Amino acid sequence: MSKKLVVLGGGTAGTMVVNKLYKKLDKRDWSITVIDRDNKHLYQPGLLLLPFGVYTPEELVKDKDRFFPKGVEYRRTGVDHVDPENSQIFLDDGQVVEYDQLVIATGTTPRPDQTPGMDDPAVWRKSIFDFYTFEGSVALKEALDNFTGGRLVIHISEMPIKCPVAPLEFAFLADAYFTERKMREKVEITYVTPLEGAFTKPVCSRQLSYMLTDRHISLEPDFVIEHIDPESKVMISMDEREIPFDLLVTVPVNMGADFIGRSGLGDDLNYVPVSKETFLSKKYENIFALGDASDIPASKAGSVAHFAVDLFAENFMQHIHGRHMTHNFDGHANCFIESGNGKGLLIDFNYQVEPLSGMFPIPIVGPFPLLKESRLNHMGKLAFRWIYWNLLLKARWIPIPSLMSMKGKRQVEIKKGVEVNASN
Amino acid sequence: MPVIRIAEKPVNVNEEGFMTQYDEWNEEIAKELAAQIEIPLTEEHWKIIKFLREDFKVQGETATSRRVQTVGGVPVKEQFALFPKKPAKKMAYIAGLPKPKGCV
Repeated sequence: MSKKLVVLGGGTAGTMVVNKLYKKLDKRDWSITVIDRDNKHLYQPGLLLLPFGVYTPEELVKDKDRFFPKGVEYRRTGVDHVDPENSQIFLDDGQVVEYDQLVIATGTTPRPDQTPGMDDPAVWRKSIFDFYTFEGSVALKEALDNFTGGRLVIHISEMPIKCPVAPLEFAFLADAYFTERKMREKVEITYVTPLEGAFTKPVCSRQLSYMLTDRHISLEPDFVIEHIDPESKVMISMDEREIPFDLLVTVPVNMGADFIGRSGLGDDLNYVPVSKETFLSKKYENIFALGDASDIPASKAGSVAHFAVDLFAENFMQHIHGRHMTHNFDGHANCFIESGNGKGLLIDFNYQVEPLSGMFPIPIVGPFPLLKESRLNHMGKLAFRWIYWNLLLKARWIPIPSLMSMKGKRQVEIKKGVEVNASN
Repeated sequence: MPVIRIAEKPVNVNEEGFMTQYDEWNEEIAKELAAQIEIPLTEEHWKIIKFLREDFKVQGETATSRRVQTVGGVPVKEQFALFPKKPAKKMAYIAGLPKPKGCV
């Protein structure tokens, strides 16, 4: 009898899963269904650049179903809940779908409703903006264009978030944008984070801290937001610090899909607890979670999803044949960081190895400098949009290995002395 | 990575002084680490430290402030009162666990 693979979510991870497994699975034994409530595939890295006029909204959207292979069934509806004990999915349209294997790839979503005052209609998308939604990014472009000066605050509510470096990139790009408009001195830029700093890993802290000071971006670390007062436009922290703003660019609390919570499949933020090596659910032998939807301690980023799906596809074939999964993921992430003025940085790291400096080898186009501002890295970021639509989603070969390599990286010197600075 | 002596025991730490070996930790070490960062340990402090230790054993990750609140039962505001200014980092430091990190 034919078996059924169901993929929930047709975004970056879900689309790659479908394309990879369609090539690998024997069509006589397996059918593939992808379920997604809307058919708009967003090029998410572009949402950071759209407010600065790099892309138009139309350039960032294509139909999801044009990236699914012809033999894959696409059902356009939402999911009410999954009954994992009986391997059934209850859809919003009232139908029930059964599965033999389930892949959850429904991503993560900004949730301004989780912070009191943030989504107040008096301020939400009027003076408080998110940029990791299509509507938020488009609205923010207009707000930036109309900004005449004052306090611009860039803020992370709580970790984990989609693309953890994006808020920092936003700060760099805002500095360059207002400099270009010859009004930088009228804009006070503050970067507010719940972490101990903009950089939390030793090599990045040492090598990149200048990026904020040189750009006159002030830093407010350890700021855990409690609420926003929409009337006075002030953010208030758990330890009663206050930060006033004229324009707040925030990354709200990020959460996995609500149906995951309703199905008892999620943690306290609706992320699915899985093995960080194989993405198999810690509770169910026939459920995997890929991309931003899982709780693995890696960056919620497209590159991570891409490397993860490559290894997952191999593991999945072993798993359905009752074999032990041997392609362990190492948490590999590879991200271009925009730093403004046509330059960018590249970081390459995994669960164990922090981002290091050195050169990153890529065949043909040549080595890219790691952890260093360069024009080449900016070109890499721009070129990536073509790669995303034409190679990545369709699961075609990309010359970057799924597991991280130390090739070209400068090893960290181990210091003899130890500084205890938890109290700093 | 360096090895230093805390509470008369050799202990592996990273360059920021955070312990790197889960099993090297004990309560005497915790007291000394707390004293270094001027946190007097009360019963409420111990409740969080013990929760973090147990949670790490199962999860393999240091619990976030949200998790200390929802699973450990200590509200974030109280975490700030007990471990002023940098609760997440200080709790992890005393519990001998990795600090919360971003990706850079």
